[in-house]
Amino acid sequence: MNALFTEPFLVSLLFGAVTAGLPLLLAGLGEQISEKAGVLNIGLEGMMLAGAYTGFLATYHTGSFWLGFLAGGAGGMSAALIVLLLCIRKGLNQIVIGIAITVGSEGLTSLLHFVQFSRSYPRLAAAPVLALPVLSQIPVLGKGLFSHNPLVYLGVILVGALTWMFRSTYLGLSLEAAGNEPAALDAAGVDVVRTRSFAVLCTGFLAGLGGAYMANVGAGLFVPFMTGGAGVIGIVLAMLARGRPLWVLIGATLFGTSLAMTTALQVAGIDVPTDVVQMLPFVVVMLVLVIFARHSMLPPALGLPYVRGER
Amino acid sequence: MSTAGNSGTGLEATMLRVLIPVVMALVVGGLILWVLGKDPLDYYGYVLQRSLLRWGGAQETLTRMAPLLLIAAGLIVAFRAGIWNLGGDGQFLLAAVVTAALAPALGAVLPRGPTLVCCLIAGSVVGALWSLIPALLKARYGINEIITTLMMSFLGTSLANVLIKLVLRDPDTTVPQTRSLAVDDRLPRLFGTTIHCGLVLAILAVIWVHWMMTQTAFGLKLQVLGANRAAAVHAGFKVERLTIFAFALSAGLIGLAGAVEVLGVWGSVRADWNPALGLLVVPLVFLARFNGYAVIGFTLFFSALMVGGESAARRVGVPQHYVLVLVALLLLFLALVEYLGQSRRKRSAA
Repeated sequence: MNALFTEPFLVSLLFGAVTAGLPLLLAGLGEQISEKAGVLNIGLEGMMLAGAYTGFLATYHTGSFWLGFLAGGAGGMSAALIVLLLCIRKGLNQIVIGIAITVGSEGLTSLLHFVQFSRSYPRLAAAPVLALPVLSQIPVLGKGLFSHNPLVYLGVILVGALTWMFRSTYLGLSLEAAGNEPAALDAAGVDVVRTRSFAVLCTGFLAGLGGAYMANVGAGLFVPFMTGGAGVIGIVLAMLARGRPLWVLIGATLFGTSLAMTTALQVAGIDVPTDVVQMLPFVVVMLVLVIFARHSMLPPALGLPYVRGER
Repeated sequence: MSTAGNSGTGLEATMLRVLIPVVMALVVGGLILWVLGKDPLDYYGYVLQRSLLRWGGAQETLTRMAPLLLIAAGLIVAFRAGIWNLGGDGQFLLAAVVTAALAPALGAVLPRGPTLVCCLIAGSVVGALWSLIPALLKARYGINEIITTLMMSFLGTSLANVLIKLVLRDPDTTVPQTRSLAVDDRLPRLFGTTIHCGLVLAILAVIWVHWMMTQTAFGLKLQVLGANRAAAVHAGFKVERLTIFAFALSAGLIGLAGAVEVLGVWGSVRADWNPALGLLVVPLVFLARFNGYAVIGFTLFFSALMVGGESAARRVGVPQHYVLVLVALLLLFLALVEYLGQSRRKRSAA
């Protein structure tokens, strides 16, 4: 087992954990904003995939990774626009529309990929890396944690920013009220529909950003169905975190590490079926749920459309 | 969207409510194809011909319906009882793997009939067992089953692979897979066709579920539970027991789907095989508004699109995932048509 503590293994594990964890973090944080405001976003996977496609397309044509991230966010937001129009404004079933978004996004991006790239499978150049001064000089940790695409650091900063926003800003409190007591928020003179619309667009942007990072930085190319359940894990993380951004970060780290373990073990030449490693985070979370089983704390108005004057 | 199925607005209105979205989805889907430089009429014609008009394709379409229908039956039970069982993939795969391992072993000591019956039962039991933890957590502590079933699904998918690779592996093959069940020992075919009798089982299961949920006291109790949990408690129902039973029945039917697919079509399970039908059927069940008869129609439609779409991928140059675009459009238009109908009714009432 000495191979486990060599530098290449640890570096590839840490580096991979961050690369695999960031999309989960962004999507999970996005979902958290929606859930706070009382919108259950089952279409998260579809928003990520849309962002992965548009992000890849933009970077492929312009060569700019920042434009790619922006385009990814816009792609996710365009999928979120459907939720905004049909679920929040018209009150249609959020689960039905969410599934439609995921399924439709899977189909549409596969179709577009087939028409444009199925013969060439183009790859992008390596994404730019920002090595943090001083920190990146630490052995093992420096290469593993502090030499990443700048978006990684922004993602971590976002955790703190959201914690602050939820706790001590007017906007954060409005979001929470939209999920807990929409009628009271309405009575206080804040537009519930507008608050929820804002939340859903944020979700779309962050999920799309996560998808774009996955395609442009993680993989360097777009393939159909490439999010492979990351959106589903994002939903799980947001629900488990009960409204606290820090817990999304912890969860994303746990799941990211186990995803990275697979590659890292191959680097170390250790032959463990990858499926065993993949099971670990789910076993941990299920055990935590079984042992500390408490009433789940979801906003009471989650998934319910708000119509003024209706009870 | 109403959860209680069709409520007697007349057959004609119901047909219109389904037909309009289907036509709209096909038209908009066709437009997308046209924009991408493909001929939509050519594509639809080819799909129709390959999946329904040719005997071989029609048999394939009907065979594909069996697992879809059984999963749909399982989802209808859960969804009508207000339980979002989204862990179908794990329940399906684990049941498939256990069945695949059990069938050749049992077949060595028992005749074909009892072997198949035992395997079908085993598949359902495995599926049901895999839903036990989410069921208990939901019943006792009210923990959201969307999270727990999704996690158990990921867990089950990995566990199925671990079982194949480490425990149940056929030593004679290079690719990890379970021992193969001889073609003669699989589910009997119907009247000299290639369709296995699992299809009959599946259709009966869907009809039984529909009847049970709408006509029996037990089914109505489950529907009350789904419509309003507090009302179910108030009415004195044993809510915990009902919840666990609905979970078990739902996951058991999905497990049965896995068993039928292995015993009827594949005969063994390869590592990393995951048709991911569990989540694919969810939209179909929503399209059918949890109605058992309607789900048969939508499953036929979807199955034909899958079979036709696969050969069209090679011939017409449209990838088979285009089918997903159609399903999504169908969901959107169905929800919209229903919404417009509701607001019209509201306006005429006011």
